[in-house]
Amino acid sequence: MLQIECPWCGLRDETEYKYGGQAHVAYPEDPSALSDEEWAEYLFFRDNPKGPFAERWVHTGGCRKWFNAVRDTRTYEFLAVYANNEPRPDISSLTGADTAGATA
Amino acid sequence: MGNPFPGEHPEWLWRDPDPKSSYDAIVIGGGGHGLATAYYLAKNHGMTNIAILEKGWLAGGNMARNTTIIRSNYLWDESAAIYEHALKLWEELPEELDYDFLFSQRGVLNLAHSLQDVRDSVRRVEANRLNGVDAEFLTPEEVQKVCPIVNISEDVRYPVLGATFQPRAGIAKHDHVAWAFARACDAMGVDIIQNCEVTGFVRDGNRVTGVETTRGRILSDTVGMVAAGHSSVLAEKAGFRLPVQSHPLQALVSELYEPVHPTVVMSNYVHVYVSQAHKGELVMGAGVDQYNGYGQRGSFHVIEHQMAAALELFPIFGRAHLLRTWGGIVDVCPDASPIIGATPVDGLYVNAGWGTGGFKATPAAGWAMAHTMATGEPHELNQPFGLERFTTGHLIDEHGAAGVAH
Repeated sequence: MLQIECPWCGLRDETEYKYGGQAHVAYPEDPSALSDEEWAEYLFFRDNPKGPFAERWVHTGGCRKWFNAVRDTRTYEFLAVYANNEPRPDISSLTGADTAGATA
Repeated sequence: MGNPFPGEHPEWLWRDPDPKSSYDAIVIGGGGHGLATAYYLAKNHGMTNIAILEKGWLAGGNMARNTTIIRSNYLWDESAAIYEHALKLWEELPEELDYDFLFSQRGVLNLAHSLQDVRDSVRRVEANRLNGVDAEFLTPEEVQKVCPIVNISEDVRYPVLGATFQPRAGIAKHDHVAWAFARACDAMGVDIIQNCEVTGFVRDGNRVTGVETTRGRILSDTVGMVAAGHSSVLAEKAGFRLPVQSHPLQALVSELYEPVHPTVVMSNYVHVYVSQAHKGELVMGAGVDQYNGYGQRGSFHVIEHQMAAALELFPIFGRAHLLRTWGGIVDVCPDASPIIGATPVDGLYVNAGWGTGGFKATPAAGWAMAHTMATGEPHELNQPFGLERFTTGHLIDEHGAAGVAH
């Protein structure tokens, strides 16, 4: 089981959390202006990197707040936890060179 | 050590060739779907100057990690067509491949635990019948006749209210299926190249002309990606995204027991599916871990939940001992249906997104993918499963029939 650091509650078991997928995917400013391809991209296409991934979690069994994390999908190690209104932190120093696909 | 039975049991069922500099077609991925693709490229389309490139060892991914369930009782016409095509091929393959991989049509029960479950199940049974898929809805008492060890007591958290039953469904020995396909491919001249990871694509404009690998550059104008959990990683090297997310999916087996479980029982509602392998292990699978992961392992609480569900359905398992657990990486699509077809790169095709249930489709996926690669056009079986459905909106929502369960 993963141990996840909630920014407000501290370290808790994974079972207290729900997963929210890729972080930093903004709702389109003018959805009706999008082409079908752009709308499909927004609805269905997400990054799926093997390596560091900026993702959303919600602490459903605790404070019920959403937050973001960067986690390595190979090792499942959490590299950073941050508020969901903050930019993705620079974790390149933590992970070495292989950040392929981790564009958020 | 020499072969103690020369002439009876060859040490190797296929050659171990070095890659040639070019092929008429390349299949990336030496799992079941990759092997089946190569097999039908050779058999149905006469393409024998082809190679399967496998980054690890043959069938080292999901092909030998699944719970071996084969069935075709899916809801929508498009799904029923491809899964039923697969089931019909399964029924012929042991003879065709001359390999007894223990395909056993022992039936599958999909349990219903709520009124909504019952309604959905009855609807699926009727849809199956309209598509020529054998299916019936059973009462709890009838369920117990098929599988006497299922607990049909009303006094449990999620009582069994009935089940769909597909008698032609069953299980097969998955690693032997891979070996059977590999031997047949090899005999037709297909090069099966292991320890050969694709690290990039060679392109001429928007057309694929080959692949870069850990064993050098290999040229081909026709390349098929059949990489399951690593499909996104390959797609990124080719410069596009797929609408899939990779998750860990776990399974486990018990120690060997006397035959107690005559069929396959699946329950989406309490998240477990159970059969008994020929040797005697109880084979169980559960749902995916919620997070994206490439680690081929999941969290233990998922297994705990799965065991709790199994124990409620099968009280007889109370003293069974867990022997081992393992995980694979499954690539899940938003509509729980696969992607088979063209990609944004000319000459590059993809078979991916089978999520938790690709094993049962192995022959039909290979059949359709081979047709697509050989002709450049989708087969009628995979025409609805192209990438374009995410733009047109013609999704094939199989969460009910696929869901967690396989």
